Amino acid sequence: MKGTNLGEFQELVLLTIGVLYPEAYGVSIKDEIRKKTGRKVTLSTVHGALNRLEKKGLVSSEFGEATSIRGGKRKRYFTITSSGVKALEETREQREELWNAIPQQALQVKLTT
Amino acid sequence: MKNKNNIPPRWADRFLEWYCKPQLLEDLQGDLYEHFERHLSSKGARKARWLYALNTLRFFKPYTVKKLNFLNQLTQFIMFKNYFKTSIRSIARNKLFSAINIFGLAVSMSVCLIMITMFVEVKNYDRFHHEAEKIFRINNTHSYLESDPSLFASTSILVGKRMKEEVPGLKAITIMSRGFNGDGLIGDKRIPISGFWADEDFFNVLSFELYRGDPATALKAPYSIVLTEETANKFFGEADPMGKTITVAEHEYQVTGLVKNPPFNSHMDFQSLVSFSTFEIENEDNRGFLSWQNMWSNYVYFRLDDQTDIADIENRLNAIAADENSESKQVNIQLAAQPITKIMLGPSNTSNQLGPSIGREVIWVFAGLAFVVILSAGFNYTNLSIARSLRRAKEVGVRKVVGAQRKQVFTQFIVEACLISLASLIMAYFIFFLIRPMFLNLNPEIQSTLRLEHEPIVLVYFIAFALLVGFFAGFLPSLFLSKLKAIQVLKSASGPKAFSKINLRKALIVIQFTLSLMFIISASISHRQFKYALNFNLGFDTENVLNIDLQNNDPQLTKAMFEQIPEVTDIAKSSHILSIGSRWANQVKSDDGLDSASVYYSSIDHRYIPLMKHRLLAGSNFPEKNSVEVEESMIVNEQFIKHFKLGSPEEAIGESLKFGRERLTIVGVVENFHYATLDSEIECFAFRHKPQEARMLSLKISSNDLLSTRKKIEEAWAGFDEVHDFKGYFYKDGLERAYEQFSVTYTLVGFLAFLTICIASLGLLGMGVYTAETRLKEISIRKVLGATEGSLITLLSRGFMLLLLLATAIAVPATYYLFDELILADQANRANIGLLELSLGVIIIFGIGFLTIGSQTWKAARSNPALTLRNE
Repeated sequence: MKGTNLGEFQELVLLTIGVLYPEAYGVSIKDEIRKKTGRKVTLSTVHGALNRLEKKGLVSSEFGEATSIRGGKRKRYFTITSSGVKALEETREQREELWNAIPQQALQVKLTT
Repeated sequence: MKNKNNIPPRWADRFLEWYCKPQLLEDLQGDLYEHFERHLSSKGARKARWLYALNTLRFFKPYTVKKLNFLNQLTQFIMFKNYFKTSIRSIARNKLFSAINIFGLAVSMSVCLIMITMFVEVKNYDRFHHEAEKIFRINNTHSYLESDPSLFASTSILVGKRMKEEVPGLKAITIMSRGFNGDGLIGDKRIPISGFWADEDFFNVLSFELYRGDPATALKAPYSIVLTEETANKFFGEADPMGKTITVAEHEYQVTGLVKNPPFNSHMDFQSLVSFSTFEIENEDNRGFLSWQNMWSNYVYFRLDDQTDIADIENRLNAIAADENSESKQVNIQLAAQPITKIMLGPSNTSNQLGPSIGREVIWVFAGLAFVVILSAGFNYTNLSIARSLRRAKEVGVRKVVGAQRKQVFTQFIVEACLISLASLIMAYFIFFLIRPMFLNLNPEIQSTLRLEHEPIVLVYFIAFALLVGFFAGFLPSLFLSKLKAIQVLKSASGPKAFSKINLRKALIVIQFTLSLMFIISASISHRQFKYALNFNLGFDTENVLNIDLQNNDPQLTKAMFEQIPEVTDIAKSSHILSIGSRWANQVKSDDGLDSASVYYSSIDHRYIPLMKHRLLAGSNFPEKNSVEVEESMIVNEQFIKHFKLGSPEEAIGESLKFGRERLTIVGVVENFHYATLDSEIECFAFRHKPQEARMLSLKISSNDLLSTRKKIEEAWAGFDEVHDFKGYFYKDGLERAYEQFSVTYTLVGFLAFLTICIASLGLLGMGVYTAETRLKEISIRKVLGATEGSLITLLSRGFMLLLLLATAIAVPATYYLFDELILADQANRANIGLLELSLGVIIIFGIGFLTIGSQTWKAARSNPALTLRNE
């Protein structure tokens, strides 16, 4: 159950990893989310989400080259795994189905009010 | 980046490193650094640092934090209760094995407790001095020509004087000398008194408590004396001694101070201190007084300044020694500073000590022996536990299935071993009190240096020691048991092969018995050497001779007094008693001055040679004289004429040589005899004719009841000299004391042998019981098939007997070599190591081994097979 369902923020992170490919790592993901959504996310939130995604097997990570900035620490680059892609597609399909099932009037009402 | 503010706060970084899982740390820290650098340029160092710290805190989340180690440890801790319970149950279930283990460990531990107490006590010697680690004593190393250097606790007065003048960085230096003694007179009361000469800095260096008088001046003026509490009581009783006078050897000494008795743990003990200035006045005419080589009875102690390093002082001392040594070609004296706290533990071959000292060699040897004994008991535990591990294997299996880690199983069995060793400690503590008096009475020297009373802190050492023993004894079994695999153990009813560990167990048994055998053989060899030394034909007759110390009484008067006793048939006078240790020597030169040797001598009267039944080979005895004004004759031994190439004994008569300052003519030659203890060869020896200098009387007694005669003599002495106690002993007893080292060795080693044998036999018994139990079915089947009891016993005990045989094969040659090549090698006269000594131990060990193993196997072999085979 937990394995397949994506949380809202997790979905956001997962999508961002896709957008940034192959340069997705902690700080860049955080910056990208901020740029695109204007949300004020903290580094620790992003890391927490990444950790959960990796546990579910939706992303995989590997260390890059050591650089002189970042105190000589290596970056951990994230990529979406095939099950990650599947999970994204499933979410998208669910949404689409739901979108399609909404009667026109309902949307009209919402728009007018 | 040099600026401290341009890097993230160190404490936050540390905090992160501390809590974060290692596999996450690198990336996390990297991201934080990157962020930090960005903030640094946009928001300034202060804010950036603050944000960094805040972020490290934000990351403190369940998924980043390391698995809590202490939680794990907490489980261990909770499990202790369980370990404790199972241990107690297991101990109670196997009463025999637990008893063997506890008893064996307790006995050997008690020896170790004595060892620990002794070590602590010796370590604490002389610590009562204020800042004892800053006090040092000057030791001399004296070498004459090419001979081996010897170490002395004494030094020359000159060194003290020169140090006072030219060595900076010392708080105080004191010069002391021993040899103040005589009879103290107060009115008509006469009491013997002795003490040291010491200068006014004595109390600045050493912290003996002066409770009356001024420490700075008490030892300044000539003829001042400081008494200890005890001595003051003896002389003055209740009266105040301060300012009173005591007359010693016609000089009046004024009491200027009272000092508390030197504590038990002081390496020096004294009755009184007399100002050194007195000693200087009395030696005004002595030209050698301040000589560099006058180093036999003087002592220098000094106290370092706070800033001074002892190495600087040692350099100074070396410089002084080099300066002074340049004047003599023959004698070389080196100086060294020895910390006062190390005196008791110093090298044991230091001569001229102010009191008895325990050398570090003695401590190490004793520690080694104690270690061997505890090793043996530890082996028992290891051996029996591994043998019995089959029974515990199921328990381990279940524990592992339930989720115990290897570490936890290991801890469990270590806890069990520690419990056993703590139980042993309690028993050992009682045994300790039992054997303490025995140990102290081994030898008067031990009695005067050790008390073996312990402070509370020593109890802590005891417990720590017991835990250590428990850990090491339990280490192998625990390791072995914790390695077991749950599936393997639970699947097969009969244990896997690994259970046997037969080779290890066999090796442990062999080591145990090898050690026991070595102890027994050593004890019997030293016993034999002791007996040999006592019964050795010294070359003269010591039968029924009572030696009496004159204690400064007139030889002639004392002799006349003893002649009244009818049982005393003859009396001879001499300067000292031969063969029991002390030797006097002087340089002898031939006429042409080319040949010289140091010659041992004794000054005697004309009765000495006939009384001791020395055999005169040529010439005659000394003429009958009670006093010899001009010394002119001597009687020498064979070695003497051989060394100086004087030809046959007859030819040597009439030859004269320079003996020190005198010129002496040989009037007689005696057969070689042992004037020294048996560890040295016979060298040149001469009797000198100086009856007036006699300090000892030798009484030949003819009586059927020696003890009552001795009593009579004592009574006669008491009537004659009321001041001094009678100091007399039979020659035989004197010899026995001289060879005490052997008797101490064999009692000590004999005792340890007894212990190790007991322990090893107990272990063997345990193994016997175990074998008989596990093979009971096999035995029963064999019996049903027709095996005789005899053949079964052989079958079961053969393995053990082979082990004992192996132990013998190792121990006998090893001990023989040890004694032959090392311990007895420097003894000039020694008993041969006979077959009896070597085989005695072997017989004992085999006897005990056969009894223990035999009794168990016999029991098993006799059991009714129907009973054991009935239920299957």
